[in-house]
Amino acid sequence: MNFTNLFRIALRALGNNKMRGFLTMLGIIIGVASVITMLAIGQGSKRSIRAQISEMGSNMIMIHPGADMRGGVRQDPAAMQSLKLDDYESILRETRYVSACSPSVSSNGQAIYGANNYPTSMYGIHPDYLEIRKYTLTEGEMFSEQDIVSSSKVCVVGKTVVDNLFTNGENPLGKIIRFGKIPFRIIGVLTSKGYNTMGMDQDDLILAPYTTVQKRVLAITHLQSIFCSALSEAQTELAEEEISSLLRRNHKLKETDDDDFNIRSQQELSTMMNSTSDMMTVLLACIAGISLLVGGIGIMNIMYVSVTERTREIGLRMSIGAKGRDILAQFLIEAILISVTGGLIGVILGIGASWLVRVVAGWPVYVEWYSVVLSFVVCTVTGIFFGWYPARKASNLDPIEAIRYE
Amino acid sequence: MNAIIELKEIKRDFRIGNETVHALRGVSFAIEAGEFVTIMGTSGSGKSTLLNILGCLDTPTSGEYWLDGYSVRQMGKNERAELRNHKIGFVFQSYNLLPKTTSIENVELPLMYNSSVSAKERERKAVEALKAVGLQDRLYHKSNQMSGGQQQRVAIARALVNDPVLILADEATGNLDTRTSFEILTLFQELHARGRTIVFVTHNPELAAYSSRTIVLKDGRVVQDTCNADIASAKETLATLPETED
Repeated sequence: MNFTNLFRIALRALGNNKMRGFLTMLGIIIGVASVITMLAIGQGSKRSIRAQISEMGSNMIMIHPGADMRGGVRQDPAAMQSLKLDDYESILRETRYVSACSPSVSSNGQAIYGANNYPTSMYGIHPDYLEIRKYTLTEGEMFSEQDIVSSSKVCVVGKTVVDNLFTNGENPLGKIIRFGKIPFRIIGVLTSKGYNTMGMDQDDLILAPYTTVQKRVLAITHLQSIFCSALSEAQTELAEEEISSLLRRNHKLKETDDDDFNIRSQQELSTMMNSTSDMMTVLLACIAGISLLVGGIGIMNIMYVSVTERTREIGLRMSIGAKGRDILAQFLIEAILISVTGGLIGVILGIGASWLVRVVAGWPVYVEWYSVVLSFVVCTVTGIFFGWYPARKASNLDPIEAIRYE
Repeated sequence: MNAIIELKEIKRDFRIGNETVHALRGVSFAIEAGEFVTIMGTSGSGKSTLLNILGCLDTPTSGEYWLDGYSVRQMGKNERAELRNHKIGFVFQSYNLLPKTTSIENVELPLMYNSSVSAKERERKAVEALKAVGLQDRLYHKSNQMSGGQQQRVAIARALVNDPVLILADEATGNLDTRTSFEILTLFQELHARGRTIVFVTHNPELAAYSSRTIVLKDGRVVQDTCNADIASAKETLATLPETED
């Protein structure tokens, strides 16, 4: 049988019932459009989370003092003094998977310049911190090893701090600000990073040599935390293990003792975030999938009714020489044409809707090419699957009865 | 003369529940090329069953049927479909045109199921067939925009388009008023005059006079098979009918 002819026959039959064809298509259109839009929203949020995490430093490892038991009382981890400078130095010396490492001590306080003041946090760090946290400088320069050795009163400030202290647009470089009672000279300004996923302003900070903060601001000798970078995101876990065994040895912990520190990496965070947004994507895809299924059932319903309604037509076609498989093919092609055309319109509509969501609602939306292919394939399969039964029914009709069907 | 149709002891039984109904109890006759045969019979005489068998829509329970030399009895569904497509043109009582479809598309339909006919040839043949039934100026009229007589002409054109060896008309004038009936009958006579073999199944005894041969069925058997030497002209009958006001 000539496929072109069958195709033409199916096309003509559809053309005779444009309105019905369109209404049947509507189910598929809505189904496909929603699958694409929903997946685009899901993918968009996943991507934006991933981007933010990698901006925070995707291979970053954070070491905090862990909870310790003192006479049965669990202590506040922040009050622990278990992380020492020694730990930092041995990480620098002895690990293979760590590319950069910086101690961190922080203090909250009021930064003051002239008549302006602003509550912010000062972080005492090593210059490597910039690399670990993916900060860059727009102006000036980072303090040096020499500044750390000499506990210099120099600092690098974030944009939020600059905006709040230098309200009349002065150049902050070289200016002296006070943090608490101690004056610091600004030698650099950080590039703005904006807010992170948690809604924290990443530009609201002052960076200073950790020795300066330890000695002059906090008057402590221990470290509040250590930040490291693994060689790569994939090696984060290895680096974690390495650091963990190193710290256990340094802290002389017995086999049975709990860690007195906490190691956390972005990987955990990213896994968590990903699984959350994955779940959302699955949920959205389920809803959209159901609407596609409903669309498919719509096709089956219409085709089924149409077989009964067109019994005489089928009888006629058979009596003038159509074989059962010609009728089967015609009805299948009709069903597939409906679903594929609906699918195409749905794809266009879905991409349009995704774009609209991005422009109007401002959500991060990303149309994954596979979701387009997938929904298109699914709706074609839907057409075949739901078109099969009515088509089979049509092809099995007895021409003698069908031609005289009233 | 070569026989287009040859029936030999055709029997057709139907089982309805536990009872067996003998619709045809041994029918034998042959139809030569160029005959215009009227098959008559009251309802229940078996003429519909015979029509189905002649039209290769059904196969006999026993007996042999040759259509243009092909033995139909052993044929499967698909072979019979192909045979219908190549050898038979059907004309039905209720026209059975595709709705909302132009005359030309309706007439093209049998050729759509014949892959050896190209699109160009298909259109040429359809136009030719429509010309033969006098509808050359209604090629692109849709079926619902035409009168009953015109629709039946389209159906006849459809039956002609595949150049069949046999035209099977099933009560082809049954749905038409007297005047239009005779117009259609005139058309059949014209086709007959051009050498077409026509089998006209009807329950209306008046129509027998216009064909060359009459076969009467009763209770599944042929009770009368007469040749008609003096064929009445449908055209003349038409002329005697009062003109309808248009």
